[in-house]
Amino acid sequence: MNNPVLSLVLSRLLIAVVTLLIVSFAVFFATTLLPGDTATILLGQAATPEAVAGLRAAMHLDEPALLRFLRWIVGLLHGDLGTSYANEMPVADLIAGRFINTLKLAGVTALFSVPIALTLGITAAMLRGSLYDRIVTVLTIGVISVPEFMVATSAVLIFAVYLKWLPALSFANEIHTVSEMLRVYAMPVITLTFVVSAQMIRMTRAAVIETLNTPYVEMALLKGASRSRIVFRHALPNALGPIVNAVALSLSYLLGGVIIVETIFNYPGIAKLMVDAVATRDLPLIQSCAMIFCVGYLFLITAADIIAILSNPRLR
Amino acid sequence: MINLVEICDLKVEATTDSGRRVEIIKGVSLSIAEGEIVALIGESGSGKTTIALTLMGHARPGCRISGGSVSVAGKDLVALTEKQRAKVRGTEVAYVPQSAAAAFNPATTIMDQVIEVTRIHGLMSPDEARTRAVELFRALSLPEPETIGSRYPHQVSGGQLQRLAAAMALIGDPKLVIFDEPTTALDVTTQIEVLRAFKAVMKKGGIAGVYVSHDLAVVAQIADRIVVLKGGETQETGTTEEILNAAKHPYTRELLAAFEPKPRGTVSPEAARGSLLKIEDLVAGYGRRQADGLPLVRAVEHVSLKVEKGRNLGIIGESGCGKSTLARAIAGILPAAVGKIVFDGKELGRSARDRSRDQLREMQIVFQYADTALNPAKSIEDILDRPLVFYHGMDRKARSVRIDELLDMVRLPRNLRHRRPAELSGGQKQRVNFARALAAEPKLILCDEITSALDTVVAAAVIDLLKELQRELGLSYIFISHDLSVVEAICDEIVVMYGGRKVEEIMPAKLKAPQHPYSQLLFSSVPKLDPAWLDGLAQDPELVRAYCRR
Repeated sequence: MNNPVLSLVLSRLLIAVVTLLIVSFAVFFATTLLPGDTATILLGQAATPEAVAGLRAAMHLDEPALLRFLRWIVGLLHGDLGTSYANEMPVADLIAGRFINTLKLAGVTALFSVPIALTLGITAAMLRGSLYDRIVTVLTIGVISVPEFMVATSAVLIFAVYLKWLPALSFANEIHTVSEMLRVYAMPVITLTFVVSAQMIRMTRAAVIETLNTPYVEMALLKGASRSRIVFRHALPNALGPIVNAVALSLSYLLGGVIIVETIFNYPGIAKLMVDAVATRDLPLIQSCAMIFCVGYLFLITAADIIAILSNPRLR
Repeated sequence: MINLVEICDLKVEATTDSGRRVEIIKGVSLSIAEGEIVALIGESGSGKTTIALTLMGHARPGCRISGGSVSVAGKDLVALTEKQRAKVRGTEVAYVPQSAAAAFNPATTIMDQVIEVTRIHGLMSPDEARTRAVELFRALSLPEPETIGSRYPHQVSGGQLQRLAAAMALIGDPKLVIFDEPTTALDVTTQIEVLRAFKAVMKKGGIAGVYVSHDLAVVAQIADRIVVLKGGETQETGTTEEILNAAKHPYTRELLAAFEPKPRGTVSPEAARGSLLKIEDLVAGYGRRQADGLPLVRAVEHVSLKVEKGRNLGIIGESGCGKSTLARAIAGILPAAVGKIVFDGKELGRSARDRSRDQLREMQIVFQYADTALNPAKSIEDILDRPLVFYHGMDRKARSVRIDELLDMVRLPRNLRHRRPAELSGGQKQRVNFARALAAEPKLILCDEITSALDTVVAAAVIDLLKELQRELGLSYIFISHDLSVVEAICDEIVVMYGGRKVEEIMPAKLKAPQHPYSQLLFSSVPKLDPAWLDGLAQDPELVRAYCRR
């Protein structure tokens, strides 16, 4: 009984590891394709060719790319993310604080957006065809169509400029009280909730409606089950797979794709760190950030896959 | 005496996709006494399920009870609120669905679903409910009644699920049970056991029932009274004896006539002009190829058969016996792993890709579901055009003439050519499906269960058409079906398959005395119009154990 599930789960994990390896390969070589020579940039235009050659040797830049890739991978496996080119600090130290900030923002957003999205999606499915359902559908489509910088800028204009309720910029390091935290997080969280909820609402609604149309739901109705029992006992467990996948996809966006929101609110997260690193051509930092995004994404997707497998009694 | 159920002038409206309202039940009245089983019989679309569901105060999405009253045990379900109706469901009226496989929630155990009614209505404690459920499992002669409840729906067979669905309906001690075609999806050999179990439980508990079916022979076994429906109206009502022996309404007689065995007349000797198709030692299946060159799952194992020119071969067997796979292997859709296919004196390639266009033309296949076999985006004209261009390279004018001829051949009005499949009835679609095969001018047509999705009367008409076309065009058919009476009506020779193997080859004249034990079991399991048939039927329990996965 254990075997098929175990082997399925293991194969998912194996696929995740293989994917990660391919991604790391892609990340490494994509970043080495960036124009410009790091040693020249670091030493400036006036540097002597000898100095540049010396720095290149010291940074192993003269070695074949494949060898540098292996060196980098081995370093990663040992937890050594390398040293930042730009300010000689270990990449791990640079990232640590920023990553926690990003996780905080993602966590707070998930805390609000997932329950809101699931509630709206499920209730819209239950009241399919009603005015409420139509309003929810129109609004989610509207929100999907509006780009996030538009939402973010509008939020700043309304709440910071006109109403002056909230600060326009977020300085996560200056939080001392709960009210300060609320003020700092309010706008980025509202913006991100708008962006990630829409997709979750639509997917949840579709998945629940699909299961509500099945004969076993009609059977439950004919047993005299109440509407909430029908939805929560019969429809939802069977819609879990697609819903979890939609949630994972939306949340993975929070871990890596919030560059625009972090930049607009000047929030010190990891996405902003990466944008800065690109500007200074800080290869180890860019690579590490990219890897973190990929790991986060893979982790969420694999987790969703495994939950879907475990929730299916045919595989159990 | 007050009847348990009084349906009075019931009207149900449906809203079509275009927003039009159509009355689908046009004032039906009927009554059911305590402990009486009434059958609602009619073709698909006659409104039999719709009427049955109103007994629970339910109308499917898009439908609405628009008039009349449905009183069950003194309560008018039409007048009740949805909450009050929910109280009645499961306790006073219970439902056994058509496909138990679909009606069980795949995510929870069977026991949880069987006792859910007692939980919803607070009838008894979960432990009591479980004990009662096990008693019901036993009464319905389910195997391992103590433990079957802890399984998930996908872990038990179709016949068992159908009986478990009955247990689910009976647990709340209802006064009335609605059976919605509960055995239609089952094999005949399984159907017997399920029918017996239903009958025993209903008689013992004195429970009234509504049995919805399109199969008169099945209904004859279980019902006290029969109501014949057509187009949402009652055609005839009478006791089972009356309907079977002295039907007054022409539609009822038509239904009965579809049951009359119409054995195929003896074939004139000149028709047999040598062999058309010869298959030797064919093996086909699915999955990865093993080291010995055979597929992992073999659906057809070492089957040999022969079709003579102008004669028909029937292939019969239960679902999963490999009959459709055999057809696909013959047509080359699923290349056989081993075996020789000799058609009209030449050996054919195993895969359709290896066959010449003419070889492909001479052997055509017609699939079970015309709905899925016809492209819904094309008009009938375009559908029939395709083989004419592909095989015959006709010009536009010749094609147009030929399409008219083809439509005439399958007895469809010519002006149908501009319509799309969705605008046709099931029988018409199957005729178009067949006309497409005819367009190729084949020598052999493989018919894969082409009548099983059709109503009895429509199916009988399609069979008559096939016979007529054979006389005119000198075709041969391989006719695959699970329905013995259909095969009997059209075939000169019948092959019985079981578990991927051919177990017996038999002439229709000798159907009364099959040699192989499986054929004996299969043939004796086909319901007869005689109400005493099920009670009088004696089957060797050894045989049943050996061949039925009940």
